[in-house]
Amino acid sequence: MNGLSLAFSEAFSLLAGFDHRVAEIVLLSLQVSGLAVLFGTLIGLPLGACLGVGRFPGRQVLVVLLNGCMGLPSVVVGVVVYLILSRSGPLGEFGLLYSATAMVIAQTFLVVPLMAAIARQVVEDAWRDYEEELTAMRFRWFDSVRVLLHDCRHSLMVAVLAGLGRAMSEVGAVMIVGGNIDRSTRVMTTAIALETSKGDLPLAIALGTVLLGVILLLNAVAYVLRQWATRRYA
Amino acid sequence: MANGVLKFLTSAVFSVTAMVSAAQAGESIVLASTTSTEQSGLFNFILPIFEKSSGIAVKVVALGTGQALDVGKRGDADVLLVHDRAAEDKFVAEGYGVERKDVMYNDFVLVGPAADAAGVKGAKDTADAFGRIAKKGSNWVSRGDRSGTHAAELRFWGSAGVDVKGQGWYKEAGAGMGPTLNMAAGMGAYTLADRGTWASFKNRQDLTIVYAGDPKLYNPYGVMLVNPARHPHVKKAAGEKFIAWITSPDGRRAISAYKIGNEQLFYPLSR
Repeated sequence: MNGLSLAFSEAFSLLAGFDHRVAEIVLLSLQVSGLAVLFGTLIGLPLGACLGVGRFPGRQVLVVLLNGCMGLPSVVVGVVVYLILSRSGPLGEFGLLYSATAMVIAQTFLVVPLMAAIARQVVEDAWRDYEEELTAMRFRWFDSVRVLLHDCRHSLMVAVLAGLGRAMSEVGAVMIVGGNIDRSTRVMTTAIALETSKGDLPLAIALGTVLLGVILLLNAVAYVLRQWATRRYA
Repeated sequence: MANGVLKFLTSAVFSVTAMVSAAQAGESIVLASTTSTEQSGLFNFILPIFEKSSGIAVKVVALGTGQALDVGKRGDADVLLVHDRAAEDKFVAEGYGVERKDVMYNDFVLVGPAADAAGVKGAKDTADAFGRIAKKGSNWVSRGDRSGTHAAELRFWGSAGVDVKGQGWYKEAGAGMGPTLNMAAGMGAYTLADRGTWASFKNRQDLTIVYAGDPKLYNPYGVMLVNPARHPHVKKAAGEKFIAWITSPDGRRAISAYKIGNEQLFYPLSR
């Protein structure tokens, strides 16, 4: 069976030949998942940090809930967002279903818990180290959250990368709310699912290799940026 | 500050929507259709012809027929192109759709392992073929997804007098045609496929057509507009234009012209 070697030679020719369609699909994947992670960063990280610093009744229950939501099945998120955005649903009048916006919304729901949970852990660990200091300086908890978010920014990069990885690799949610429409809502993962359905396994794996390459490249860029930043500001 | 962030976010969302819709400026309709028409490559062939002549972009969401009808009921598509006559008539009768029109047909084929342990190749008709598989207890992969093909398959079991419920050899995939064929190929099982998906399916392994050609395996596709009276946002004019085109001589020519290899996959129905 030479299925795998065939797949890799196909992947290579896809990359070498710079297929215009594939480039478009990669670009849409990056736009959708990039925006979802941006929202995840703006919502999830502060949320996680608040949970890491704050002390209030019910906090532990929230932490467990949040950690549990890291495993939220993407299909479930897809169905829920579908029902909300459907013409017969509460936000139906906006007609957002089967659009890139719908995919961004669904992926935001997916990455917020993941990014918040990681941020919670990172900030809570830092809080343990700095609690005395910050309390002595009479920081209100809100200011502590801000200081810690800033101080932990390098460690929080992991949360951002985890969110990006999750968003770029999920297929369940974008398939349902995006519809995998050619030249409109087709992203890497739904394209891979489609080629698998057609039984074109080599092309599916080739696209998968391209997707993995893109994610690796993003991680490499993040790594280099971090090295540069620590050298410069540390 | 918070206001600025909000403004930035809203503009970011709209920019991605704009980027995508800019790629297809002008009018567009959502067509909920079946995996068989999408995966056979038919739409990739005929839709550019329609888009060029009308300026209307057609966004295809490929689902099983049952799911496509559901999407239509919820008002999430403008036009449906599906293949389950009984369910389509019910859809129109209940007021969800406007007038169903014939578009085209192809046929179902029974595929199975080349060795054909159940001896389906010698069957005298479709019911006999299904009966032989049940009698031998050969593995069968069913779509199990309320699609048009699934509905047809259940009719054929009925006509063969076979009750498939709880049979060990009867596996419900709950998946589209392609994944079902992937499973059948992996297990060396029999399954029912539409000719279009089968023709464009690449991972056949040991599978081959073991039975085809009975008029009972006829598989007609119908088109209908989602009822604008029920869902006022339905793009009535553009949708009607598409329906008029696909049932017109031009549309029929485009459907006939689509071939894989030398095989014509869909045959237009002239009225």
